[in-house]
Amino acid sequence: MIPLSWYLALAAALFCVGFYGVLARKNAVAILMGIELMLNAVNINLVAFWHYLAPGLIAGQMFTIIVLTVAAAEAAVGLALIISIYRRRSTVVAEDIDLMKW
Amino acid sequence: MTAAHVIFLVTAVATLGAALYVVTARNLVHAALALIASFFGVAIIFVLLQAGFLAAVQVVLYIGAIAILIIFAIMLTRRVMQDTGPQTNRQWWVAAIMAAVLFVALLVSLGLVPSLQDVTQPVTALPSPDDSLRQLGKSFVDPNQYLLPFELASVLLLVALIGSIVIAADKKQP
Repeated sequence: MIPLSWYLALAAALFCVGFYGVLARKNAVAILMGIELMLNAVNINLVAFWHYLAPGLIAGQMFTIIVLTVAAAEAAVGLALIISIYRRRSTVVAEDIDLMKW
Repeated sequence: MTAAHVIFLVTAVATLGAALYVVTARNLVHAALALIASFFGVAIIFVLLQAGFLAAVQVVLYIGAIAILIIFAIMLTRRVMQDTGPQTNRQWWVAAIMAAVLFVALLVSLGLVPSLQDVTQPVTALPSPDDSLRQLGKSFVDPNQYLLPFELASVLLLVALIGSIVIAADKKQP
């Protein structure tokens, strides 16, 4: 059997790649893609812990489904915001969207 | 090394490679396609963890809905963001260092928990996939279990639906 720590290491690596994407990318859509990668890493963690440590409880899968729902809602609203900003200011570069910067 | 180990390692390398391409690619459409590959790798990981329902949901929801939504957003905003020129901001090296530090910190903290090291088998026998799915479906509608989170998730989806229509709608056109 595959050890639990392998899954956790994979999830940590995927999370850090997504984290880099969120911090380093200019394009707001690319930042959202980084966030999706991070959420996927969290889901791997949750399912791995469910499989190895609490297979009798359904809570592990339930958490994953709630995370999936929130990710879908977040993607829909985030992309709607990006399209709205693009229409008003003709940019999707996160640095140029500085209307509320003081 | 069994077949499961080999499948895991190949999938993990492919997933991480696709993820790295997502965060470094110049061309955003290519990045979105790599994102789909990465999602698919995560679905294979779910299958390895014997969560078949979640793997199906991963394919349908992430690849079928979120990735398509992201590709739509890329197409709609493509003109300003040409694929030439740097795609990262000036502090990208700080971001790289922070991500590396976070990764090392996570691995070290994983090593600090000795009880996690030698878990190679589920502590109790896994329920059969059918049982697991039946249990999941029942717990969604059981008031003593997850009825309230389920309803809250439904309301959240409705709010997100209405909210994104209101935000993205073009108010100038009738």
